[in-house]
Amino acid sequence: MKEFFRYGVIFISLLVVMMLTLAAFRLDVGLSLRYMWQGATGDSISIGRTLVKATPLCLAGLGIVLAWRAGMYNVGGEGQYIFGGIGGALCTKYLSILSPGILSPVILICGAGFGAVLGGLAGWLHVQRGVQVVISTILMNFLALLTLEWLLRGPLQERKRQIFVSEAIPDAAMLMRFDRQSDLHAGGLLALLFVVVIWIYLRFTEAGFRLRVVGESPSAARANKIPVGIIQIRAMAMSGGLCGLAGAVDYAGLTGRLADGFSQNWGFIAIPVALLGGLNPWGTLVSALYFGGLFAGSDNLKRFTPIGNSLVPAVQGIAVLAFIGLNHWYSKQLHHPGETD
Amino acid sequence: MDFVSIGLRIVQFTAPTAFAAIGETIGQRTGVLNIGLEGIILVSAYTAVVMSSQSGSAWIGVAAALSIGIVLSLIQAYFTVILASDQVVAGTAVNLFGLGLTNTLFDVGVESGQVLSRVEGFPKLFGLVDPVLVLLPVLGYGAYWLLFRTQVGLAMRAAGEYPPAVESAGFSVMRLRMIGQAICGSFAGLAGAYLTLGISHSFVQNMTSGRGFIAIALVTFGRWKPGWVLGASMLIGFLEWLQFAVQGKSLIPTQFFLALPYLVALVVLVVVGKGTQQPQNLGIPFRRSE
Repeated sequence: MKEFFRYGVIFISLLVVMMLTLAAFRLDVGLSLRYMWQGATGDSISIGRTLVKATPLCLAGLGIVLAWRAGMYNVGGEGQYIFGGIGGALCTKYLSILSPGILSPVILICGAGFGAVLGGLAGWLHVQRGVQVVISTILMNFLALLTLEWLLRGPLQERKRQIFVSEAIPDAAMLMRFDRQSDLHAGGLLALLFVVVIWIYLRFTEAGFRLRVVGESPSAARANKIPVGIIQIRAMAMSGGLCGLAGAVDYAGLTGRLADGFSQNWGFIAIPVALLGGLNPWGTLVSALYFGGLFAGSDNLKRFTPIGNSLVPAVQGIAVLAFIGLNHWYSKQLHHPGETD
Repeated sequence: MDFVSIGLRIVQFTAPTAFAAIGETIGQRTGVLNIGLEGIILVSAYTAVVMSSQSGSAWIGVAAALSIGIVLSLIQAYFTVILASDQVVAGTAVNLFGLGLTNTLFDVGVESGQVLSRVEGFPKLFGLVDPVLVLLPVLGYGAYWLLFRTQVGLAMRAAGEYPPAVESAGFSVMRLRMIGQAICGSFAGLAGAYLTLGISHSFVQNMTSGRGFIAIALVTFGRWKPGWVLGASMLIGFLEWLQFAVQGKSLIPTQFFLALPYLVALVVLVVVGKGTQQPQNLGIPFRRSE
């Protein structure tokens, strides 16, 4: 009940932030909200759009949850997402002999693997050389983006060599779609599956417990002979794997090919998704759905006003700060009941 | 091109990252990791362009950028220093905010025909040097002087090393850290202003492209010493200059040269490691025991 109340407060404050932001840009708040609501939930196509956008946010958000719960500030979801797409595109190019039914899962696994390598590398550098993950992963984001740009002008460019995109995936190897009109694909189910898997892992397994101990107090973990370094590296690899999977799912489910703008900041935006979801899997799912809807809605808003989804990160930034403030206020209440400041 | 102008170009490319890194050095010395640097530079860069094109004076643009840098920094510091929240979380929030805000303002501006390019720069000294570049060594030395030659500087450094000692000496750790963050914010504002008014003369979306993060890496590379940090920034400035110098003239893909600053920053961190010079309480919020 208390959790429920807490999420309610977050939801309402997000709404308030949104309204204030719209008002700050001198838009008609009521009308804008109606456009956004229509764009996110108006009909089955809008709902499909919301779910399609929520899918990578949820997968990458889960990745962020794993790393941050282990005390590793992975802010490299963006690079890992891009690497996931690259891994997928490499499979399409070099493993085209496989039958589509096999190629499809191979793309996903390979994408996750690519992301895991990038994440694991950052974890390893942290453990071995003391390089802060928050810096190394962000630098890797730029390196991944430039790697993508280079690949699209070299090895992965489409056969005619006219534009900077990769060769399209054969239709049969795309993830299953539920109906012709909507972009909704099977990736959403995969995201849902991983919510359950990560929840069970963190909550009910020994490995998940150790990961949380390492995150909360590395010195306590060390005192209990938990191999902190290995767990940190593993958490980063799993985190990168999930972000990579998000990229591969978008590649095989939605875009079908890579282009320079392949990642629209998904990996970056997944961070506040996870934070506002309270760094737990179910919260992340709810938060991903909310922000998926916000994206779909603001895309619709863009058709009527100059404001589009570039606003979402700004709203998220303010929301995270508000969230910190709320949490602080909550814990104050807990320690000194009846006192406010 | 003669050596003087090449040298000046390199210094020009060095300046934004160097200003940001020197400011961050002061902030980190007091024990606060300002992860939001990137977002603050971005908003300052935008502010500088808008204000200078509206007022017609680059200096008013600089003043506006400094103010917005300080304001944003202090907002972030309210969360990281006063509320003792996680510094990475608050910094990430500021980065998101800066990115979203400037992207949206840019979109809205383009829609209404606002021009954010070909902005007037600074009147050059002797027709050669941007006056802001003269500030680079001055502020670099100033940071050193503040941290290592003044009483306040000593207290600020102690706030990053061992906060309880500072409290018992009669200083307020929180106030020292807030001062550090305000200085850091003003440097970030200057970095943003020079990026647009001194180098590109225009604003484009996400134009900081990671300079804030590179600056944070440079602080570690420069071992939290302003002079060394300044030197380290020259390396990045050189690499940025190299991108323009070799553009279209080399068989190696452009992306490789574009990647160099990030790659070098990463390799440098790997090589120097964490070391022992890092302020002991860097990144750890201080809570006054009651």
